[in-house]
Amino acid sequence: MMPVLFFLLALVAIGGAVSLILQKHPIHSALSLIVVMVAIAGLYLLLGAEFISAVQIIVYAGAIMVLFVFVIMLLNAGVEERTHFSRSATYVGVPVAVLFAATLAWWVAMGSAAVAGSSGQTTSTRDLSMLLFRDYAFPFELTSVLILIAIMGAIVLAKREQEKP
Amino acid sequence: MNDFISQHALLLAFVVKTALMIFLTLTALAYLTWFERKVVAHIQSRWGPYRTGPHGLLQPLADGIKFIAKEDPLPFGVDKFVYLLAPFLALALALTALAIIPFGPQTIRLFGVETPLAISDLNLGLLFLFAITSLGVYGVALAGWASNSKYPLLGGLRSSAQMVSYELALTLSIVGILLTTGTFSLRGIIESQQGWTPYLLPKWYLFAGPFPQILGFFCYFTAAVAETNRAPFDLAEAEQELVGGFHTEYSSMKFAMFFMAEYANMLTVSCLATILFFGGWLSPIPSTGAWMWSLYIPTVIFILAGAGLILDGIRYENMFGRAVLPVLGLVLCAVGFVCAFPFAIGYVQGPFWFLTKVAVFLFIYVWVRGTLPRIRYDQLMGFGWKVLLPVSLANVVLTSLFILVGKR
Repeated sequence: MMPVLFFLLALVAIGGAVSLILQKHPIHSALSLIVVMVAIAGLYLLLGAEFISAVQIIVYAGAIMVLFVFVIMLLNAGVEERTHFSRSATYVGVPVAVLFAATLAWWVAMGSAAVAGSSGQTTSTRDLSMLLFRDYAFPFELTSVLILIAIMGAIVLAKREQEKP
Repeated sequence: MNDFISQHALLLAFVVKTALMIFLTLTALAYLTWFERKVVAHIQSRWGPYRTGPHGLLQPLADGIKFIAKEDPLPFGVDKFVYLLAPFLALALALTALAIIPFGPQTIRLFGVETPLAISDLNLGLLFLFAITSLGVYGVALAGWASNSKYPLLGGLRSSAQMVSYELALTLSIVGILLTTGTFSLRGIIESQQGWTPYLLPKWYLFAGPFPQILGFFCYFTAAVAETNRAPFDLAEAEQELVGGFHTEYSSMKFAMFFMAEYANMLTVSCLATILFFGGWLSPIPSTGAWMWSLYIPTVIFILAGAGLILDGIRYENMFGRAVLPVLGLVLCAVGFVCAFPFAIGYVQGPFWFLTKVAVFLFIYVWVRGTLPRIRYDQLMGFGWKVLLPVSLANVVLTSLFILVGKR
């Protein structure tokens, strides 16, 4: 049952990612990204990370992507224009992509890729919060200050734009 | 055949429970529309639905037939895929959220497996619920955008902004309860509310625990009404400004799906309020010792309701009502008698009290809609960010403080 579910979710995730790039309209791309995120949340669940899986949906699919969709709707962004291969894409992008694929294939072929299988146990939210709020409380708080700075920066930028005209 | 059943017993039990749950929920949703129209009508000194069946009881059926039989045109210039996806998304997410609501403490035997009185009893039930409801915005936002029309777009934008804003207060308002119980499991939360306080009040989180969650409940319910886009926060479908809001361009069954999703969300939110603040399936009256009689309350209430229905039915103005209403009353009386038998009395208590509390919340929903005027959009956003969010944050801080002091 587990491998079937894994391949199903992986297929959905990859399909969503491909569709994200190929879609012409921003909203369709955003919807594809949501599909990818929900599929990845399912993968987390298979690995026994219940909390991460739920938070993945709440934060990424539920909050961040809503903001994306909201902004796209607000700006009423139209259909994207198709650019033909730009120069940087042909000279840098394609070789890097080929190199990446080759490395990945080589790695898998050598059999050295560690398979992230379910350890059979689920990480309880209690243990997770113990780690986060007791053992690593300081780095955690530091991150929150970082986010606060980012929020304040956004407000300052938005306010400045309002004053000018 | 028997082999198959015993091998897949768990799966079969799930399928049966899910099918039953969907059937019951959809029926309940249909009659919720009847309930709302009746209550609002009586608040406004009208009769409400009266012609279709006795007391308008067949109105939901007529509405359903109308919705199915209606023409279902595709407006010009819509984004076809998203336009068709939005109502399905809204309804599917709204119904999924109901899957983890537990209705009673007992387990039932299905195909030889013991299963709880809920489709699923998740460890992190509450988180799952919030994950599902946080996706609910998409139904509304995408419907507004895909319709290729001004009013739906404005309605969709409004309601997605509103839902995102109130989700914060909604989530923060229950943190106090999470701090007190230390579990995400809805069953665990209910079971931790067992017992009575010294003042003869049940130990529900509304008025017990280290810090009574009255503030939390106020924030929760206000945010929940806004989150489900109901009056007085139904800015998304303000008729005077936006025609029908995000579902202006939808008709027939697709419109009905949005409608059902709204009612299913109301149901979920009421169930959650019952579970978190009002002790879920726990009875407000003790049932041991001298209080044994309280086990017969469901029986008495069913029989009284049945008797009332019979008395009303025999004096009803047309033949159809005189035939149907007394039969319904007799059925209610029979249900009441069955509830009194020893094999049923234990099973009935949990679901009875749970559904009674949920019904009270649904009534409050309709009551609020019938009495309060719609508030302005800037007031709505200001209230959400400047009042509800700080109050729910204060609730979190106070609760943690009380827990800390209590542990000393």
